[in-house]
Amino acid sequence: MSRRPSILTLLGDRGGAVFVGVLLAAAVVVPVLNLAVPPSSPFHVPTHTVVLVGKWLTYALLAVALDLVWGYCGILSLGHGAFFALGGYAMGMYLMRQIGPRGVYAHPVLPDFMVFLNWRELPVAWWGFQHFPYAMLMALAVPGLLAFCLGWFAFRSRVTGVYLSIITQAMTYALMLGFFRNNFGFGGNNGLTDFKDILGFSIQAPGTRAALFAVSALALASGFLIARAIVTSKLGKVLVAIRDAESRTRFLGYKVEHYKLFVFVVSAMMAGLAGALYVPQVGIINPSEFAPANSIEAVIWVAVGGRGTLTGAALGAILVNAAKSWFTGVLPELWLFALGALFVLTTLFLPKGLVGTLLGFWPRRWARSHKPGLSASVAQPAE
Amino acid sequence: MQDLRITPALLYLDGVSVAFDGFKAINNLSLTLDPGEMRAIIGPNGAGKTTMMDIITGKTRPDEGRVIFQGAHDLTTLDEADIATLGIGRKFQKPTVFESHTVEDNVLLALKGARGVVANLFHTLSGAERDRLDEILALVKLIERRYELAAHLSHGQKQWLEIGMLLAQDPALLLVDEPVAGMTDAETAETAELLRRINATHSVIVVEHDMAFVRDLGVKVTVLHEGSVLAEGSLDQVSANERVVEVYLGR
Amino acid sequence: MDRLTRLIAALALFLGFAGLARAAGLEEALARFAVDSYGETEAAIAEVAATGEPRAAEIIKALAEGRLLAAPDRRVLIRDTHGIIDAVSGRAVSAPPDGLKPVRVNNRVRRAIDSALGGLTLLSQDPAKRLEAAQATFKSRNAAALPALETALRRETEARVKRALAEARAAIVFLAEDQPEADRLAAAAVIAERGDAEAQALLRSLPPQAPQRLREAAERSIAAIENRLALLAQVQNVFYGVSLGSVLLLAAIGLAITFGVMGIINMAHGEMVMLGAYTTFVVQEIIRARAPGLFDASLVVALPLAFLVAGAVGVLIERSVIRFLYGRPLETLLATWGVSLILQQAVRSIFGANNREVGNPSFMSGSFELFGIALTWNRLWIVAFSLSVFVVLLVVMKFTAFGLRMRAVVQNRRMAASMGIRTPWIDALTFGLGSGIAGIAGVALSQIDNVSPNLGQSYIIDSFLVVVFGGVGNLWGTLVGAMTLGIANKILEPFAGAVLGKILLLVFIILFIQKRPRGLFALKGRAVEA
Repeated sequence: MSRRPSILTLLGDRGGAVFVGVLLAAAVVVPVLNLAVPPSSPFHVPTHTVVLVGKWLTYALLAVALDLVWGYCGILSLGHGAFFALGGYAMGMYLMRQIGPRGVYAHPVLPDFMVFLNWRELPVAWWGFQHFPYAMLMALAVPGLLAFCLGWFAFRSRVTGVYLSIITQAMTYALMLGFFRNNFGFGGNNGLTDFKDILGFSIQAPGTRAALFAVSALALASGFLIARAIVTSKLGKVLVAIRDAESRTRFLGYKVEHYKLFVFVVSAMMAGLAGALYVPQVGIINPSEFAPANSIEAVIWVAVGGRGTLTGAALGAILVNAAKSWFTGVLPELWLFALGALFVLTTLFLPKGLVGTLLGFWPRRWARSHKPGLSASVAQPAE
Repeated sequence: MQDLRITPALLYLDGVSVAFDGFKAINNLSLTLDPGEMRAIIGPNGAGKTTMMDIITGKTRPDEGRVIFQGAHDLTTLDEADIATLGIGRKFQKPTVFESHTVEDNVLLALKGARGVVANLFHTLSGAERDRLDEILALVKLIERRYELAAHLSHGQKQWLEIGMLLAQDPALLLVDEPVAGMTDAETAETAELLRRINATHSVIVVEHDMAFVRDLGVKVTVLHEGSVLAEGSLDQVSANERVVEVYLGR
Repeated sequence: MDRLTRLIAALALFLGFAGLARAAGLEEALARFAVDSYGETEAAIAEVAATGEPRAAEIIKALAEGRLLAAPDRRVLIRDTHGIIDAVSGRAVSAPPDGLKPVRVNNRVRRAIDSALGGLTLLSQDPAKRLEAAQATFKSRNAAALPALETALRRETEARVKRALAEARAAIVFLAEDQPEADRLAAAAVIAERGDAEAQALLRSLPPQAPQRLREAAERSIAAIENRLALLAQVQNVFYGVSLGSVLLLAAIGLAITFGVMGIINMAHGEMVMLGAYTTFVVQEIIRARAPGLFDASLVVALPLAFLVAGAVGVLIERSVIRFLYGRPLETLLATWGVSLILQQAVRSIFGANNREVGNPSFMSGSFELFGIALTWNRLWIVAFSLSVFVVLLVVMKFTAFGLRMRAVVQNRRMAASMGIRTPWIDALTFGLGSGIAGIAGVALSQIDNVSPNLGQSYIIDSFLVVVFGGVGNLWGTLVGAMTLGIANKILEPFAGAVLGKILLLVFIILFIQKRPRGLFALKGRAVEA
């Protein structure tokens, strides 16, 4: 009955423990199978698979971040793609600065697109991005700050539900329009690309790619554990209370806006980290990452896997994207039909998502064997 | 600090008015509640009882007037959370508990203590808190069901759970909105008994339709009508008041 | 010398001496075209114009267009669409001589052509032609046209043309150094009265050596015109804003019903607009193939069809998806987003991913000018159209049995049901109505926007913002919201640029929603909380 948030209670949920275990194993095994096992062996994992799955892992981290606010606090953000993209841009800016004089125009400092636009000096926003730690700090801080500003206004004036969703959607839409502009200073239409190396390692090298995969797996595992620590704490219970009966929670003396702001900012930073890991793996970041459709697609990952279950969110992201890869390879015409149908069918027939529905088969047993703490991690909104 | 108090009353409403789209829900309402008192508020539908509760708890901001708590705090300038922290608890007409939390967690959330984000992120249950939880769960007779989801409770049990949450909050003043709506006679009598016991250590305002219940409580009664006080006194006194009879029966 | 000849020629023409020249004169004059010297050509133009022959205009026009041909035997011919004709008789020449060369023109000759054509048409029977000629002269400021202008001014009876003639005359006098200062001052006043950018340019072209008083008058007028133009620019922005606002209104008005009245978050609303636009496309394709003469009626045919198509799809969506999700707005949002993806992909599969060509009927093409503001007919039609849709909708909501039932269901579903209203049907029909109106909007938007599967996507966010900004559940709020956003957008654009203006507006709305979460025309009170 100890409520001490030791690593054991964090992993108390068997599903979570298995999930983290699989991630940690994958972080070691996949790079080994990719690098050390010869391509002729049936156990060899080709590099393109490593890159593909690595990308899914960053999506899964985005899904965990989104689930933290939506599944546990009832904030349906349709703008998490913006936080993801901002994190990605921070990483992209670092990678651009690493190109240095190897660009087409061979300018020692300015990235190619700036030379092309006849800029003379590096814009202030780009200062410091040649330093990796600073860029990573920004990948967390910029989404966090944006979430803080938006959330501070929105939660204080009690904008909730659909209105909040529309505001977040308008936010990512506005950012998309902004980033499409050349004079915004982030590469306009084409975004940032042609990266050469990261921390001195060639971005194309199989070793780098395998390492990025491992880092993504570890990031997902830590993001998962952080989210889990949050939702199993008393703060997590307050979040669920807010989700289910916001006004009641206020009457108990909780400053709802502070709680929402906290979880929104944490979630935005997590999304930023996901974006930062995504960019070096796909090799490009452009304004279309801000498209409202991307953010909504992330929501459906969470819905499919099961909102209010962190493992569900992550698995949902991986499943949907695996399906997307398969469809776009085999039946590209049908992918959007399938995705659309997924939205409709999930909301109609699987409101708890895959994991939530599976857990629903044994609610009593779970409640008894796991007693406190669990209600928060598998709780579903009362409807 | 005592010297700064502008009134010895625990709760002091002074000339409070609020209008919704031109309709005066509360009209120049004044009311005084002494420390330790239990007060029953009655009145026909639309008399402004719930709106009065909303104003005291910060859900609705009045257009005019002051609401002074403990002689020092003007509640009209504070939000719900601040007011709750000052020591005003509220039980809703429709039982609102956190359905996807266990019974125990419901009480835990209400338990008096730090309400800040950081404090709750790193909160661990102390021995004293555990004892208090057990005590309250025993009092509202839900100790057997403490690990069940609140959604699975019966209507009456939810009412009691909510009262348990109020006790856990340990407020100086309790606002109770129609606590016996939908209860059996036995449950009603038990609830009246529970409220009297609570009143030993807390001030209470009860809004109720059920006259038998109000009689059971045996406390001073305030009759609201069209947003202001129509009569005040014992139930017998106000029942004898011609205007009260007119409002309730005449119309 | 040259000037004098032309002057005389023009005088001769306008004083009615044309008869003197006759065909023989014309032939003589034409011969000079064949000399192949710019000076001769210029003189020939004046002479041809002086003949006053009905064919003179055609000959000079042919010269301007490079169709006037000179034969080695000095005969002059014209190439027209059918072949070679004789310049004098206008009859077809069956065996054109060899060695035909087009008469060459240079800029100087072109100016002579313009002024000659101007002179020829200043006295035309057709007032529209006279007006055109007067305006052309205003622009060319050809001093040679002055006598012709004077004559025309004396004869002119139509006020519109008379003013244009007076302005043309003023333009010449204002710049003519040989004219008395008083006349030039008066001319400056006439130009100032015209008050547009051209008048301003004309006033600015006054050389610095012009008399002091005239320069001062010109400067004053320039300043006055500047103010007037700035004001006009604002008025024009407001008109563009109203135009954009009515587009937003069209797109949002269906949403005002589905979201505003029923509380359904329909992310597929934009796709209803798209369906309407594609219905228009299909109707036009059929009309083009079967009855091209009816093309102008295509929109009229498309309107009811678009309403039916989008409305039917709307009812289908409501019955198959949305009705299971009432009371769960966030789920509705997701499910309808899925529907929107399916609809987009369906349209993409059927019609292809590229833009489809939807034509403007003749009454919607072109533009006209009002107080110096250029208005296009299609914009104007859309403003009128969206306002009428709005009014019709108001009437349906307020004065029909269906509207009454709809409002009853919205206000108190259970009570309405107990009074015998079939609430599920009303739900479906209301949703159908909102969708149908979106379809109608699609017909109008097909006239000004690209018809592609993504058409709806570009309107959905704006539409939601309009409804939220205006106040949910209030049609008037939607009207005011759409117009405010439209006008604000167009007024911001010149300062901030189109994209930045849009971003500023989004930020403003985000802040506004936080200040007044229920919109401009918010309902207040306890009912809202429930």
